[in-house]
Amino acid sequence: MSSEKQELVLHPSPLNQVFKDRVKELSGEKVELCFQCGACSSGCPMTQEMDYLPSKVIRMVQLGLEEALDSKTIWVCTTCFNCEVRCPRGIDVANVMEALRQLVLRKKYDRVNLDLLSDEQLRELPQVAIISCLRKLTA
Amino acid sequence: MLMMNVAYYPGCTLKTTAKEFDISTKASAKALGINLVELPRWNCCGTVHALAKDDVMHHLAPLRNLLRVEEAQQSGIVDDKKVVALCAMCYNTLKRSNQAYNADSDMAGKVRESMNNEAIVYSGQVEVEHLLETLRTQGWDKVQAHVTKPLKGLKVAPYYGCLLLRPRGVGVDNADNPRIFEDLLKAIGAEVVDFGYKQKCCGSYNTVHMVDVVADLSNRILKQAQEAGAEMVVTACPLCEYNLGNRQTEVVKKHPKFNGIPIVYFTQLMALAFGLGEDETALGLNKPDPRPLLREKGLI
Repeated sequence: MSSEKQELVLHPSPLNQVFKDRVKELSGEKVELCFQCGACSSGCPMTQEMDYLPSKVIRMVQLGLEEALDSKTIWVCTTCFNCEVRCPRGIDVANVMEALRQLVLRKKYDRVNLDLLSDEQLRELPQVAIISCLRKLTA
Repeated sequence: MLMMNVAYYPGCTLKTTAKEFDISTKASAKALGINLVELPRWNCCGTVHALAKDDVMHHLAPLRNLLRVEEAQQSGIVDDKKVVALCAMCYNTLKRSNQAYNADSDMAGKVRESMNNEAIVYSGQVEVEHLLETLRTQGWDKVQAHVTKPLKGLKVAPYYGCLLLRPRGVGVDNADNPRIFEDLLKAIGAEVVDFGYKQKCCGSYNTVHMVDVVADLSNRILKQAQEAGAEMVVTACPLCEYNLGNRQTEVVKKHPKFNGIPIVYFTQLMALAFGLGEDETALGLNKPDPRPLLREKGLI
C-alpha cells in the first residue's frame, strides 16, 4: 500500500448550488439532513432496476450534481413512500425523486408513449394505472 | 335498522375494471347499516398527489370533489361532512390534498381563486375516510355480529401495498405494523396469514410500460404469501389487484414454477361472510377466479 494519501477534492461551482436549491424548493425537503445511512435504499422495492441507489441520488443532490437528472432511478421510483417511513432524518425521498422528474418533464420530455400500446391493452389496463403513469412520466 | 347516509367516492376504476369492488362495497356497507350515497357530480381525483410544491393545479380535482361533499351535506342527502373512499389511490389523493389545503394558506387561496365559478367556497372541513376506518370506528364486534357465514378455514394473506399506509400521517394504520386488515379478517372468521412483503409495492403504474418488472415483483410478493401458507390474498387497491391478479398470466410466463393464487377485495369477503349472494359479492369478476377455492372450502 502506498504511503501517499489520495485526496479527493471537490470544487463546487455556483451552478451546483443553484441546482440543489431548485430541487429543495420543488421538493420541500431539507436534503442536507441526509447522513447516508442507506435505510431508504434498503427498503426500496425497485433497486434491482435502478442505476443509482436512492441514497446515492440524495447524495448527488446534496452536492448539486445535475447528473442526478440523467439517472434511471428517478423514473423507476414508484413513489410508494417506503423510503419516507424509513428515513431517520425525516426526509421524504419520494418528494425529491418527484422534483427531479419534474425538472426533466417540464422541458417537454415524455418517458412513456402510450401510442405503443394496443387498443386491447389500453382497454384492459385499469384507469388508475394509465392516469398515474401519465401524471408521473409524461410532460 | 337505522341507516347512516354517507357520501361515497367510487373513483374511475371502481366503475370500470374493478366493478366487483364497487358492487361488493355498496352491498356489504348496506348490510352494516351504512348507505353509501354516490357523490353527485364526482370527478377523477387525478390518482396521485401533487408532490411538487409549486403544483397547485393538480389539487383542484381532488378538492372539487370535497366541495361536492359539502354541497351534498348542505342539501341533506348525506348526514355528515365526510366522504368514504375505497380505492387506496383515491383515498390517498383526496386526503393529502385536503391536508395541504388546510396547512398551506397560499395554496388554498390560489385554489379558491381557480374555483370561483362554484356555488360555495370549500371550507376545508370535509373528513376523508377509508371504509376500513369507518368499520374500525364502528367496532369490529359490530362487523362480527353481522357474520352469518364465517370464512372458516380460509387462509387469507392481507396485502396493504403502499398508499393505504403511507406516507406517515396519511395512511389508515401504523405504517410499520398495521393490523386493520388482520382485525377485519378475524372478525369475519378467516384465518390470517402474515407475510413479510405485505407492505412492499407491487410496481404500481409501471404495469403500463414495464410489465416484465411488475411480473417479477408480483412473483416475489405472491410466492412469499404462498410460502407463508396463504390460499388467497386480499387487497383494497384496484391497481394492486390488477398487478397481483391479472398480471399472473405474465408471472407464469416468466416464472414457470409459479402457481396461481386468487386476489380479492376485502369487501367481497365481507359480503360473502354476511351471507350475500353472488350478485353482491361479484366474485365472478376477479382474475384469477376465486370461486373454485371457495367451493372447495364449502363457502359458496
